[in-house]
Amino acid sequence: MSTSARLITLLVAGISALAFAGPSSAQSGRDYVYVVGSSTVYPFATVVAERFGRGSEFKTPKIESTGSGGGLKLFCDGVGVDFPDVANASRAIKASEVETCAAHGVTEIVEVKIGYDGIVLANALGAPAMKLSRADIFMALAKEIPGKGEGELIANPYTTWNEVNPELPAIRIEVLGPPPTSGTRDAFVELAMEGGCKTVGWVKALKSTNKNQFKAICHTIREDGAFIEAGENDNLIVQKLQANPDAFGIFGFSFLDQNMEKVKGSLIDGVAPTFDDIAAGDYPVSRPLFFYVKKAHVDVIPGLRGFLREFTSERAWGEEGYLSDRGLIPMPDKERLTIAANVRDLKPLMLAEQ
Amino acid sequence: MSDTHSTAEKVAAGLGRRRRKEFVFRTLGMFATGVGILFLAVFFATLIGNGASAFKQTFMKLEVELSADIIAPGGELDLVYADFDGLTRAALRDKLPDASGRSQRREMYRLLSAGAGYQVRDFLKANPHTLGTTQTFWVPAASNVDMLMKGNIDATIDETLRPLSDRQIAWIRSLDEAGDLESRFNMALFTNGDSREPELAGIKGAMMGSLFMLLVTISLSFPIGVAAAIYLEEFAPKNRWSDLIEVNINNLAAVPSIVFGLLGLAVFINWMSLPRSAPLVGGLVLTLLTLPVIIIASRAAIKAVPPSIREAALGLGASQMQVVFHHVMPLAMPGMLTGTIIGMSRALGESAPLLMIGMVAFIVDVPTSFTDPASALPVQIYLWADSPERAFAERTSAAIIVLLAFLLLMNLAAVILRRRMERKW
Repeated sequence: MSTSARLITLLVAGISALAFAGPSSAQSGRDYVYVVGSSTVYPFATVVAERFGRGSEFKTPKIESTGSGGGLKLFCDGVGVDFPDVANASRAIKASEVETCAAHGVTEIVEVKIGYDGIVLANALGAPAMKLSRADIFMALAKEIPGKGEGELIANPYTTWNEVNPELPAIRIEVLGPPPTSGTRDAFVELAMEGGCKTVGWVKALKSTNKNQFKAICHTIREDGAFIEAGENDNLIVQKLQANPDAFGIFGFSFLDQNMEKVKGSLIDGVAPTFDDIAAGDYPVSRPLFFYVKKAHVDVIPGLRGFLREFTSERAWGEEGYLSDRGLIPMPDKERLTIAANVRDLKPLMLAEQ
Repeated sequence: MSDTHSTAEKVAAGLGRRRRKEFVFRTLGMFATGVGILFLAVFFATLIGNGASAFKQTFMKLEVELSADIIAPGGELDLVYADFDGLTRAALRDKLPDASGRSQRREMYRLLSAGAGYQVRDFLKANPHTLGTTQTFWVPAASNVDMLMKGNIDATIDETLRPLSDRQIAWIRSLDEAGDLESRFNMALFTNGDSREPELAGIKGAMMGSLFMLLVTISLSFPIGVAAAIYLEEFAPKNRWSDLIEVNINNLAAVPSIVFGLLGLAVFINWMSLPRSAPLVGGLVLTLLTLPVIIIASRAAIKAVPPSIREAALGLGASQMQVVFHHVMPLAMPGMLTGTIIGMSRALGESAPLLMIGMVAFIVDVPTSFTDPASALPVQIYLWADSPERAFAERTSAAIIVLLAFLLLMNLAAVILRRRMERKW
């Protein structure tokens, strides 16, 4: 027999060894915490996971960045070692998701709010500082804006900022932002756009009479090139802003915090996106961040309870904790205490609470 | 006579035009090659310019008193819960005694890496008898210190715009002057798994993940691919079915890789319930991806073996199988191996299909088996590129350099194999 034939015999032996060794060890449970979810919470959850892994006898939790929606879908697929223990989300869980969870046997979910994140509209440091109101943002970025008459909608005619508001500089409207799959986009639309949209009387009235139409007006971003979808990579947006001083970018506060010498955040409704103003609740475009825990997995998956304790400890999410160094805006003391107590008791989420 | 004369004249008349055409064509070709080389040069220059500094890291000298009062207050040293950060912080306080008050001290502690305490812990674990003595450690400095030393933080701009305060910069300068800061080779980049602290982050976890995946891929796709190629070339009847199979294999080679990821998710994870994020599943998906490449290359190699060899062997009474294994395979082997290596290097650079099977994840522990959660080199690059800390920018480029070095090695191996073993007919 030639050498090649011997080689093949060897390789085939290798495969069969693999086939036997592989799955058998896979099914024998899981000795690490498995987290999925939002890419906004990812930078915070990973720091906690690493500190927890290094500082305890347990393995470091595995964290997948899947987006809030994708994470909750995986989370709700069932109970057992194949399914995630924790889902991070940059928005609260939806009633429909709770139902999906329940349909797959995930009945007891613990909701943990971890802090706040501000969404900023930033431009290059050398470019003029902007003082925007939420109404300006809506008028500049909505696909259709209310016309003169009541109930009348016109395609967004504005091409420069001073057309929107004469006090703003005469530069072309060009905003780089995240794609629709992103939680940051959802929050921006809900907080900034909707906030501005409601300043028009008849549109505000629609909210109670025709919710779908209200959403269509307030939540639809223009598609004529003034708003550019820049993907999920916020570093790339920062680079583009440096190259083009007329452009604006939408991203989370933690990226502004890390790139202070390159970009600056615009004032929205007269408030600058600073750590203190977001923490005080003065900055209008900020949202809470959450994670959700499967109660059935606590004390079954090794290290899950410890991971929860680390995440909700003062040294992590406190006023001066290591998460605040990364740009997470802490909750007020009292709220932190209540939530930490809820986590200790594993108080499950009630739908009515939402 | 006049006829040949006129032919020569015709040739002479058109000669100038033909030479001009050839000149234009050659210039165009040279231009195209030049543009290609230029882009490549720009690519490598920016990559190395950005990434080279990541192979160096600033270290800080600390004389740490391994005081039993701080880490073993009850007399018993608990390696998990003892306050090792307290030791390194005390050591830094001794060096910079001018820091007063809580907030100034907090500022000072930010110069220390989170890894400093772990380094002291690991030392004590290995040398428990040193408890109570004072030891000199070179611990990694925090990434912002490193960035300042490398000139990536502009100290001249306004204090509020940079991540280090004036006071912190003054401390760093005084440490530097005292010889307590030193730039050393960044070993952590090759010995650590992923981390959210840039100064502790390494690619070992990703490299092991890629290695495990490639082991699975090569041990499956090479034998299966070669066996399929031999069957299709040497044994299969030529009819409508074999044509259909051939068309499909060629098609599969062009399918976008994310599709294989979706297939892997559906078959290996959801149906066969193999673990998510495991190199085993990653390797299986990459096997699907590389199989068509290997089959096509192997078939081409088998086709290139001259029929006279087969006929001679058959004429001497060898069976079909003997012909294939004794004569055709050894001659086609260099071509098959080249195809396999090229398939493997494609598999090494893939990240899209791994997204679907959960390998795009934050994994700190270095994988030790085929079923441990793991990421891969291209995935690590993707994750670092998206990190807000600026020190990850240079590490992203460094990781790309390492990945390119591996790809270069593999392709070089393919070229050498071909040169060494190939036979010309």
